[in-house]
Amino acid sequence: MSSVSLRMLPPTGRLARMRRVGSDVGSLRLIERHARAYRHAWLVFASGVFEPLFYLLSVGLGLGVLVGRVPGPGGHLIPYREFVAPGLLAVSSMNGAMYDSTFNIFFRLKYAKLYDAVLATPMRPAQVALGEIGWALLRGTIYAAAFTLVMLAMGLVHSPWAVLAVPVAVLIGFAFAALGMTGTTYMKSWQDFDYVILASMPLFLFSATFYPLGVYPRVVQVIVECTPLYQGVVLLRDLVVGVVGPDLLWRAAYLAVLGLVGLYVSGRRLARLLLV
Amino acid sequence: MAAVLSRGDDPPQTPPAHGGTARPPVPPWPPASGGSPPPLSARAFGCWLTVYRRIWRSSIWSSVLGPLFYLGAMGLGLGTLVDRHGTASLGGVSYLAFVAPAILAVSAMNTAMGEASYPVFGSVKWNKIYIAAQASPLRPGDIFRGHLMFMTMRIAMNAAVVTMFMWAFGATRSAWAVLAWPAATLTGLAFAAPVAAWAVTVTSENSFAYLFRFGMMPLMLFSGTFFPVSQLPGWLRLLAYATPLWHGVALCRALSLGSGLGLLGALGHVAYLAALAAAGIWAGARTYRRRLYV
Repeated sequence: MSSVSLRMLPPTGRLARMRRVGSDVGSLRLIERHARAYRHAWLVFASGVFEPLFYLLSVGLGLGVLVGRVPGPGGHLIPYREFVAPGLLAVSSMNGAMYDSTFNIFFRLKYAKLYDAVLATPMRPAQVALGEIGWALLRGTIYAAAFTLVMLAMGLVHSPWAVLAVPVAVLIGFAFAALGMTGTTYMKSWQDFDYVILASMPLFLFSATFYPLGVYPRVVQVIVECTPLYQGVVLLRDLVVGVVGPDLLWRAAYLAVLGLVGLYVSGRRLARLLLV
Repeated sequence: MAAVLSRGDDPPQTPPAHGGTARPPVPPWPPASGGSPPPLSARAFGCWLTVYRRIWRSSIWSSVLGPLFYLGAMGLGLGTLVDRHGTASLGGVSYLAFVAPAILAVSAMNTAMGEASYPVFGSVKWNKIYIAAQASPLRPGDIFRGHLMFMTMRIAMNAAVVTMFMWAFGATRSAWAVLAWPAATLTGLAFAAPVAAWAVTVTSENSFAYLFRFGMMPLMLFSGTFFPVSQLPGWLRLLAYATPLWHGVALCRALSLGSGLGLLGALGHVAYLAALAAAGIWAGARTYRRRLYV
């Protein structure tokens, strides 16, 4: 009897040291797991690059001709395709992160029971949250880099500040991945995902992605300015066009705070859901 | 009943390998009274209605607000920029009037692809509604047609909402616009039937990522939806003319604007879409039988 209860005690000595080491790299282990799992579906992964390409092509061939020139950052008139390309980069970072952190995590949580298996190892829920968001960001980095290269190849980049476009796109991804993951922990069925689309679609359409903010009446402008995607769009557009001011710092801080809060809450929520 | 049982999609005449007997007789419908029973597919449709009665609340938001957002952002927001720059290449109409019927056709396609992909695959693999239906007197063809009726209903519902918004936004130019609703439903059906016929044969849900990425997305962007097809380079334009969405968009646009297409042209578009839907219905009866008769 006593030997049975002894086994329930927390491990000491070598095992505990292993657990501490494990905790440092735990989220990396989850990222490694996803990388291995995706080896069988690398084509799905790679095909994500085509989506922004189609969008840029349709803007370049079609909408750009219809719209002509629009007032860009700093009030200068710029060709429409140069105006809209950074907006599309921001949108694709948001969509990629939201998709990864909602549909995929819900599937792993409810159907694949991945986290139940993960928590049988020394990993903790906060590491799961960190690992999932790390994976979403890794994916986002690859897509953002590909997008920026396509923009460069199409002659849509005119400023050296554009090298910061990739880290900023990843920051947008971080904010939305953390928010999406927090939302997912409250979801009960696939039907709830209609609400995800309901949240991301107006952000996608109205965050000054396709036309300047000046089109709206003042009240709507203020509402739009409060949304995270708008801040991301302004950040990327200013960097790619090359009109850079100190306001970009607080816009980036807004996104970073949003991401950190989401990361903290989603870790707590995962712990409650998985009864740790 | 004999007429029902002798329809074309009966199981193959060879007896099943496990030595099963003939399918059980179909109970009369409605249970206690006379009259001819409705086709079995109507009962499969009833099953989907029962499911939908439980989940309509969440889908109603994206069905209603989605088109509203698109019409607002594209028609009014982007429209401000396009109208300022000149709309000669759109035939002189406002961008809102140009893009609204296209949004109608695109949303019909999106509903169709959404309802015909994951739900069909999930009915085989995840919640196994098809497998359960197989244990009833329903045959694979009934299961297919019943589900297709439900998809058509969803497409028609969403298309009705968009058509009403088009009218409310003042985006229609002619009384013919009421016919844009059935036209969009037909466009949706032309996608739903072939996609469902294919989705039941799929073995991994990854295939749908390709469908959406390389099928739906380019169709939505390049089928004369947000800008006229005439702006595309020559070879791409020919490709666009061949796609079903272009036919759906052209038909809806002509009806909504009340111009730009003669009767023959309109019938041509209808014939193309109807042929695609018929081909899908024909193929679906076969692929469902192959997948569900094990």
